[in-house]
Amino acid sequence: MEFDIKKSIDLLGVICPMNFVKTKAALAHIKPGEIIEVKLDEGESIINVPRSVKEEGHKILKVFNDGQSFRLIIQKGSDQ
Amino acid sequence: MEFSDEQLERYSRHIILKDVGYEGQQRIASGSVLIIGAGGLGAPAALYLAAAGVGKIGIIDGDVVDTSNLQRQVIHFTQDVNKPKVQSAKEKIEQINPDVEVVTFRKIVLADNIMDIIKDYDFILDGTDNFPAKFLINDACFFAKKAYSHGGILRFNGQTMTYTPGNTCYRCIFNSPPPKNLVPTCSQAGVLGAVAGILGTIQAAEVLKYLIGKGQLLTNKLLTFDALNMQFRNVAVSKNRNCPLCGQQPSIRTLMNYEQPVCDIKQNNISSGDKVC
Repeated sequence: MEFDIKKSIDLLGVICPMNFVKTKAALAHIKPGEIIEVKLDEGESIINVPRSVKEEGHKILKVFNDGQSFRLIIQKGSDQ
Repeated sequence: MEFSDEQLERYSRHIILKDVGYEGQQRIASGSVLIIGAGGLGAPAALYLAAAGVGKIGIIDGDVVDTSNLQRQVIHFTQDVNKPKVQSAKEKIEQINPDVEVVTFRKIVLADNIMDIIKDYDFILDGTDNFPAKFLINDACFFAKKAYSHGGILRFNGQTMTYTPGNTCYRCIFNSPPPKNLVPTCSQAGVLGAVAGILGTIQAAEVLKYLIGKGQLLTNKLLTFDALNMQFRNVAVSKNRNCPLCGQQPSIRTLMNYEQPVCDIKQNNISSGDKVC
């Protein structure tokens, strides 16, 4: 499935909570309904960031497992 | 404005908060606050507002740092004794956060200067220690349609309320200043230093909530506390139709200077009162 990605950020090597902070910063720059892609490390990052993103009303459309890392496809919620 | 990586890290604990976020931090960064009085209340408020990244902080105070201030006015250090308070405060703010623009006024607020000073700020924080100034700030903010935080402390007690246009003002509750010497000042009655910290910090939190536009302000509420028994009360107050300022038939139409007890203002500070540094 293809996504219309507005912005892609690489957060490999960025630990909590800055990975979430930078994800929020990226989401602040797009409109509700638009989509960003976020590259995250396995472990804490991929456990915590999607959970926090969902708690703020955004939608995780898909998680790609690229082996050692993950790509998160996030659609900005309208709650913002 | 866009935040740098360093700023994202500096403000990360704000940005993580759902009710602040990136957008709320932007509002803080583009906000401006005038702190009237760099004393017991203004000191903690200035420290937290600087750390929070408020875009512009104005500080007005005509005094110099005195040794007796150091017990509670935590923005001033021992080495600052005899230095103008606004200069001492500006130096600390800049060390805490170089993002903040600091504007200083080495003078006291009076009827003929306050409107011109407050006009450039989003929010006014009353950190003064005398009734004439408190009534003047209330009246000026009413006329200028500015939001402000009232704060007062004495001994182990504190009280604060937030005014926004259309809501209960200080005069709705306290019609006019009490007779001179009826209420002792901090210098006569004493004050627990930490009480100033509690109250000034509550005022800083109100400023930040106002700037981000979230939560319930202390409008139409008077928060009082007694630190000796650590009891807090939130008293509902309402607009007074007989208020001489904002009531139905107001008698106050211009700003006025109430007479200040002479012992409370040092003459040497009045003489240097018009210097803007």
